[in-house]
Amino acid sequence: MIRLNVNGQAHELDADPEMPLLWALRDLLGLTGTKYGCGQALCGACTVHLDGEAVRSCVTPLSRAADRKVTTIEGLANTALQDAWCDLAVPQCGFCQAGQLVTAAALLAEVPQPSDEQIDRSMAGNLCRCGTYSRIRAAIKRAAGAK
Amino acid sequence: MRALLLLLTASCASGKTAAVDEKPPPPQDSRALRDVASFTSIGDRSERSRALFLEASRVFLHPRCANCHPSGDVPAQGIDMHRHEPPVVRGENDRGVPGMRCTSCHQDHNLELAKVPGALVWHLAPIEMAWAGKSPHVICEQMKDPARNRHRTLAEIVEHNAHDKLVAWGWNPGHGREPAPGTQEQLGRIVQAWVETGAECPPEVAR
Repeated sequence: MIRLNVNGQAHELDADPEMPLLWALRDLLGLTGTKYGCGQALCGACTVHLDGEAVRSCVTPLSRAADRKVTTIEGLANTALQDAWCDLAVPQCGFCQAGQLVTAAALLAEVPQPSDEQIDRSMAGNLCRCGTYSRIRAAIKRAAGAK
Repeated sequence: MRALLLLLTASCASGKTAAVDEKPPPPQDSRALRDVASFTSIGDRSERSRALFLEASRVFLHPRCANCHPSGDVPAQGIDMHRHEPPVVRGENDRGVPGMRCTSCHQDHNLELAKVPGALVWHLAPIEMAWAGKSPHVICEQMKDPARNRHRTLAEIVEHNAHDKLVAWGWNPGHGREPAPGTQEQLGRIVQAWVETGAECPPEVAR
């Protein structure tokens, strides 16, 4: 059995330790907000927090997450960020946005007032096929309190 | 007549090389490293030291090692040393930036299904230890310079090359990737012999 703490809730999963965390979140726990994009850590759609650090859940084996705190888009506590996302109508198709938000939250947790360059560097690995990058940057700045 | 001329030319050329260089022949397999014992044929101690470093530099400059010793802020990947994908930068501690750390994807072991390479404490070498695009001479001087080698002694440099677990990944890259030449044990012996012979650096033109 593998013990997980997901969004503050304890779980015990009878699963292969090598199962990707993304599979466990979506298929075993029903948390489908986190998306499957590329399966190779290349797009960022599956990003979640592991003890506050943004990780790609599609390549994170369950064993790495055992006894650690996992936060998914469903448990993201940064409401300022989510409000900014809604206010600026950031998503287009929306598929990548959970990963974008989770990565942005990790950035703001460490850099509360990021510059454009810091935003671009931290968000560069989260792809958006709709090209919402400028709105993503604006929403992060708004959530950070910058005008 | 023409065949005889060619034969004479070849004989002269090979004789000249042996007399000037005094170096052992290169190994048959380009992925092998020469054994330390093969360098004893080089009589001059300093010359032997330079030759030993040149041999070690085949490991340092191999893409498996140089990819994470970039000259800029972006690592490379693959045997063709293309730009890392997804886009990443070294960050303040050579471990990426908030939201995009090396460990966001890389773990303490190779992931065979996802093909993501990994080893303990995966990170970039500091910029002062950049190897990609540098000559063996530059790397040698850099490796001996306490200001650029994190104040390591020569003994610590030997130890690092011979036993460091992240260095070891170069010979265990996973997923069919070409490993660095030779073995880590061989590299350790070569670097040890280089230190014992005076830690001399090869000339700038040497490759």
